[in-house]
Amino acid sequence: MLKQSFIRLASTDVEYRPFAEVPALLETPNVPGNVTVLHPGEYNRSDAIDLKPGDAVKTGQKLALFPESVAYVVSPVTGTVAGIEPFAGDFGRRYAAVTIEVSDEEEPDNQFTEAAASPSLEAAKNFLGCVPGMPDLSVFGDPDHPIDVLIVSGADSDLMVDTNKYVITAETAEVEHGLHLLREITGVDRIVVALPSDIVQGIGSLEAEVFGVSPAYPSANPRMIANAVLGEPIPAGRTLAEAGVAMMSAETVANIGKAFESGSIPTKKAITLIRKDGSKTMVSVKLGTPMGRILRDYGESLGEGDRLILGGPMTGSAVFSDTYPIQADTDAIMVQDSQAVSFVSDYPCINCGECIRICPTKVQVSMLVRFLEAGQYEDAADLYDLYSCVDCGLCSFVCVSKIPIFQYIRLAKYELSRLQAAEAEEAENV
Amino acid sequence: MFEQKKFIVSHAPFWHNGSSVAERNYNIIVAALPAALFGLTQYGAQALAVLCLSVSSAMIWELIANRATKRPETLGDGNAALIGLLFGMLLPAASPWWLVITGTFVAVIVGKQIFGGIGGNPFNPALIGYGILLISWPNRFDFNAALVNFEFGFDTAFPLWVAKYFGTAELDTFTAWNLLSGQQIGGIGSTFGLGLIAGGIYLIVRGFIRWEISLSYLAGIFVTAFLFNIANPDQYAGPFFHMFTGFTLLAAFFLATDDASSPVNFIPMLIYGAGCGMLTILIRNIGVYVEGTAFAIIVMNCANPLLDRIRPKAVGKVV
Ligand code: SF4
Ligand code: SF4
Repeated sequence: MLKQSFIRLASTDVEYRPFAEVPALLETPNVPGNVTVLHPGEYNRSDAIDLKPGDAVKTGQKLALFPESVAYVVSPVTGTVAGIEPFAGDFGRRYAAVTIEVSDEEEPDNQFTEAAASPSLEAAKNFLGCVPGMPDLSVFGDPDHPIDVLIVSGADSDLMVDTNKYVITAETAEVEHGLHLLREITGVDRIVVALPSDIVQGIGSLEAEVFGVSPAYPSANPRMIANAVLGEPIPAGRTLAEAGVAMMSAETVANIGKAFESGSIPTKKAITLIRKDGSKTMVSVKLGTPMGRILRDYGESLGEGDRLILGGPMTGSAVFSDTYPIQADTDAIMVQDSQAVSFVSDYPCINCGECIRICPTKVQVSMLVRFLEAGQYEDAADLYDLYSCVDCGLCSFVCVSKIPIFQYIRLAKYELSRLQAAEAEEAENV
Repeated sequence: MFEQKKFIVSHAPFWHNGSSVAERNYNIIVAALPAALFGLTQYGAQALAVLCLSVSSAMIWELIANRATKRPETLGDGNAALIGLLFGMLLPAASPWWLVITGTFVAVIVGKQIFGGIGGNPFNPALIGYGILLISWPNRFDFNAALVNFEFGFDTAFPLWVAKYFGTAELDTFTAWNLLSGQQIGGIGSTFGLGLIAGGIYLIVRGFIRWEISLSYLAGIFVTAFLFNIANPDQYAGPFFHMFTGFTLLAAFFLATDDASSPVNFIPMLIYGAGCGMLTILIRNIGVYVEGTAFAIIVMNCANPLLDRIRPKAVGKVV
């Protein structure tokens, strides 16, 4: 737990830990058991889908459940499908959770092998959409919003998380190869590698522009990096892609490199395990492994009233069950002791101004939160800069009244996106 | 599968820097203690009675308000005690009990609770209590009359009163050092300048008050008093005199800095602080009141919401 210093005349500095503390990687041996992958899309048990319990799947096999959708997941293991269940993620995101019982023999799927022989954007979109790191490849090739710059981040957005710092230093050659390939298949000329400033020296030459990210949280936040690289802020409310920026983590790029080189889709993810005592372990695990198993393998106890978090301390999400599986975009899991769990309160804002002083994007948080508490999301967006917020969580971190500001912010953005989607649909139907 | 263990599920962030409303209020109370204790040594048991009654009655009013409005009890956050303490520190030591209790009623109920409790008050509650009582019973707040029965080893005239009615010629005994070390009469907790400054520095260093407000307030006092002084040195006292007497220092570090009724952005804080300081001197020098601090701050409290509209442009904002 990070505490404020006694003297706070200068504003609280929340900083990323230095590179020297990045732990070495531990390989988790493959063990039988179940893994679960989340296939995006709304699923009901009665739906007719292209997969059923009992089906055999191979390692790296693409599973596309819904005939009319392009969404898919990749099976990280060889085994038999044990069950398919509807699954609800944060903020109403819907999935079909496919549980696979792992068999002893591993058999690689070779659909991708052919495609890998001649690397193309098409092949990447078709097979590599869920490599560990989870690239959003859909942003490439959109005629309305051409991508001018691809930013590859070797800095981890959240505090305590070291996954991408680890990858960019330990797998520099793979990242390099991935960069090369991406330049070819996407046709994007400008590639920028963002690195924590304390790594920049040690990394040698990359075939790309290098950008140093300051240790002050949240400079490694994707939007903050993009703003800094572009030299001007992306207008509030526009996505990175709309501003011509594609963002990928170093791990993603390394895995794209590995995939095309080896002809098989990588299925292991590097994860920073953040323990109760604040120490960190870097582990490599099969996608789909339940969080509980990783904790058991690495000797971290988990008890009643503890908090289990997918991601880091500032922006992660707490889960209610340790069966929750590691997904392609899970960079960290964190365990918090029940003693260390911090609570929110229902106190009103006392107008201390701490949130405003710490907000990296100069949002008038204390005013914003008044609108959000009242559910006036549109006014919040129009008058008090909801969309300037980069989702760093610092305002909640410092709030003297312990208002769940960040939760209000995320909820408001989610509700507004639903409204917009509904409006768009209505407009289409007219 | 049903999971037996229950985890705590809540929204990010999962860390908090550990600050709290109670921590803030208790630290402000601690910072005010040196000045308050000095007042007790100076005025003795009577001052002790006033302070105790003020703090306890403020807390009781808060409790009554909590109960009456069926809201959670908020005594633990220390805010009611703080309001009571600050209100008591403004009073003459000889204040009667009914004055104290009426004052804390106005401060806590009218000044704070009817606006929805902590954070909702548009004015500084202690000053609302003081201001309304000052208008209602002006004689009770005439420090010369109220403290006539006390014996001190120094000039027992309220310095601002002397300055207003006798001009600067009579102010020789009020050297800056005498004023700072508490050799003047005034409110129970308003006379010991060194104690107030020490408390203020503590609060600024620990980030419990906003230094911009304190400094700009003092600057406002200094500059305005200085201008009056050079315009007419015989009639208007100099800047140091004004800085170290009356409620100036108490206001600079404890009253003007009240969270809810002051702005939070940089420029607005400067305008607010300087405005409070300027108005204080205007009222002292050319207004009808001997001490204008309370009204100056209340007036600037009104301007606070307007002032805070001067805000920096959010990153990425499209105008
Ligand atoms: S509003 Fe809060 S979460 Fe958003 S950028 Fe500012 S501090 Fe971060
Ligand atoms: S930090 Fe919390 S209490 Fe302070 S101004 Fe911001 S929202 Fe209000």
